[in-house]
Amino acid sequence: MAAVAVSVAGLLTLSACGGGDKQDTAGGPAAHKKVEVFSWWTGPGEADGLKAMREIFAKENSNFEFFDAAVAGGSGDQARALLSSKLQANQPPDTFQGHAGAELQGYIKSGKLESLNFLYDELKLKDVLPQQLIDQITVEGQVYSVPVNIHRSNVLWFNPSVLKDAGISGAPKTVDEFIADLEKVKKSGKIPLSIGSQWTLVHLLESVLLGSLGTDAYNALWTATSDWSNANVTKALENFKTILSYAGTPQDDWQPAAKQVADGEAAFNIMGDWAYGYFHNPPEGGLGKESKKDFDWAASPGTDGTFMWLSDSFTLPKGAPNRDGAIAWLKVAASKEGQDAFNPLKGSIPARKDADQSLYKDYLSWSLEQWSADKLAGSIQHGVVANDTWRTAITDAVGLFQQDKNVAKFQQALVAAAKNSGQ
Amino acid sequence: MTRVRRWLPGLLLVSPSIILIAVFVYGLLGWNFKLAMTDKHNEIAEIPGRFVGLENFTGIWGEERWGLSVRHSIVFTLVFVAGALVLGWLLAFLMEKGIRAEGGFRTVYLFPMAVSFIATGVVWRWLMNSATGEHAVGLNRLFHYIGLDFLQWQWFRDPDWGMAAMAIPAVWQMSGYIMALFLAGFRGVPDELREAARVDGCGEWGVYRHVVLPMLRPVTLSALIILGHISLKVFDLVVAVSGKQIITDVPATFMWTAVYDSHDPAKGATIASYIVLSVVIFVVPYLIWNARKGNRS
Repeated sequence: MAAVAVSVAGLLTLSACGGGDKQDTAGGPAAHKKVEVFSWWTGPGEADGLKAMREIFAKENSNFEFFDAAVAGGSGDQARALLSSKLQANQPPDTFQGHAGAELQGYIKSGKLESLNFLYDELKLKDVLPQQLIDQITVEGQVYSVPVNIHRSNVLWFNPSVLKDAGISGAPKTVDEFIADLEKVKKSGKIPLSIGSQWTLVHLLESVLLGSLGTDAYNALWTATSDWSNANVTKALENFKTILSYAGTPQDDWQPAAKQVADGEAAFNIMGDWAYGYFHNPPEGGLGKESKKDFDWAASPGTDGTFMWLSDSFTLPKGAPNRDGAIAWLKVAASKEGQDAFNPLKGSIPARKDADQSLYKDYLSWSLEQWSADKLAGSIQHGVVANDTWRTAITDAVGLFQQDKNVAKFQQALVAAAKNSGQ
Repeated sequence: MTRVRRWLPGLLLVSPSIILIAVFVYGLLGWNFKLAMTDKHNEIAEIPGRFVGLENFTGIWGEERWGLSVRHSIVFTLVFVAGALVLGWLLAFLMEKGIRAEGGFRTVYLFPMAVSFIATGVVWRWLMNSATGEHAVGLNRLFHYIGLDFLQWQWFRDPDWGMAAMAIPAVWQMSGYIMALFLAGFRGVPDELREAARVDGCGEWGVYRHVVLPMLRPVTLSALIILGHISLKVFDLVVAVSGKQIITDVPATFMWTAVYDSHDPAKGATIASYIVLSVVIFVVPYLIWNARKGNRS
């Protein structure tokens, strides 16, 4: 009897869910005006940025109502799991956030996304976005997303006073210098390099690969003719192993690892530039440290002149219930006004080249300067160069390497990952 | 007609549940096995995938990550099951000796069960923080305060015995429940039997050894099954404590990455099948044993 009651209750819940979804996506004309924007911007800073863009959207589109479908969870793991089930059920949101680049490939190949070339032509986006960026997000001549912001992955954060105590005069320029500096810090008794959970090692790996191989060789790893088995990659992985041997105890996530640098326990940390907000913001959301004094930054060793980027972007799913509303949102996301409202709050720089420079201070002004001058390379961990399958295989290989430190096996796994990625 | 009248209402009453279970449990289970035997390694392709027999089931043993996650699962299961059984038994034994305020203690020990594994995991992630020395927090800090620094270790980040540490929160959570089971078992032993044993010259230890413990066997077996199947399916605790890191990988987290990150449905289904099969190995002997016992009585 209890079983019957439970299953009947289950059935009711199921049908209730189904009904609810239908109303959201295919309701009457009144519901049609709603624009469902799916993102994972719920944290401090990013949620504020989204709100600022939302206000611009409301001002320009009185006939549409913004509906915030944000799902909490850093880097969007939970959000993407929910999104993929929505897309499989052919109930897409009107527009959703995704990392620009290879991460969207799965959606593109399964025909879930509309090409946005028409929008790029209409808004002349090809003139205001860097050519290299457009090249790196174009799939067979089509662009499928509008990049809202740019983050930098290859940043070396360091504690100037810890470096001084260890007798290091400035940030290391090359990987070899970096290793020598790590040794000096070790002798001074501090943690040379702080690390977080497994994904932060993949993040570290991408900077070490870029720094050891150089920009062109790094970018070539992601092309059809890539060669992961050559001696240069072996050398880069040996560097990675050496650098890892100076790492402290893994912390829970990137924040505690960054905090070790801010607190003067560790000298170096390689993390994306979202760490700046964490270092700099007042104590509610950050550590309230003073830049250039309590913490400082430089391009990660060997990567000066190259901007390893990642970008949040918005897409237009096929069968979006409110296509016009979604396009209206994409126009805000692509606009100078929208990007300049969003990015100073989020702590990133706009993808557009014509941004109002005066809005971006301290780290962000440095980043903006580099963005306009540097060569570009795409991030692995943050979905630019490798599709999900490939990235997962790399993550697995890094996790196994963390335990056995076997470079030859690591390289074999990376070769296999490239071969089996289907990219 | 009368015969029909006798079984029809009953059947009608249970049929919704039978149908739902047939479709949503066994139907989907079958569908999962079918998927596991195809080469649908790409969720994008609309084609259903070719039948490849047991290729996925054998192939997965060639993957280092799979071997590791199975090993982790075994270590976790051994420590968790043994730990919860021993601790639960001990608590029940102490209760049974008739301590004061037994009800209060019982409630306190049962409380952890009311907490979800996720909440347990979040708290224990902090308690089992791996930092040592000056910067230690959680349990390592406690060891530091009381001068037992040599006890500080990496907890779940230890490459060899990390999963044993992972089992500690699970033991903490489930041993109260096991205590309740054993306590009921202890109480189920009639006093007459104990007295008879004492009359026959048994010491207190002998009473337990020869009378009480043999009568606890069914309870122990039930506890073993309950703990075993929780342990083999463990997912939420691991994710709450460490996320999806190789260092604490178990089959369920591997399945998660296979489905949602690698987008490989066939591999995910294969791992899911193995999880089901491993639970079946635990449960089926119990069912057979139960059925035999039913026949005997």
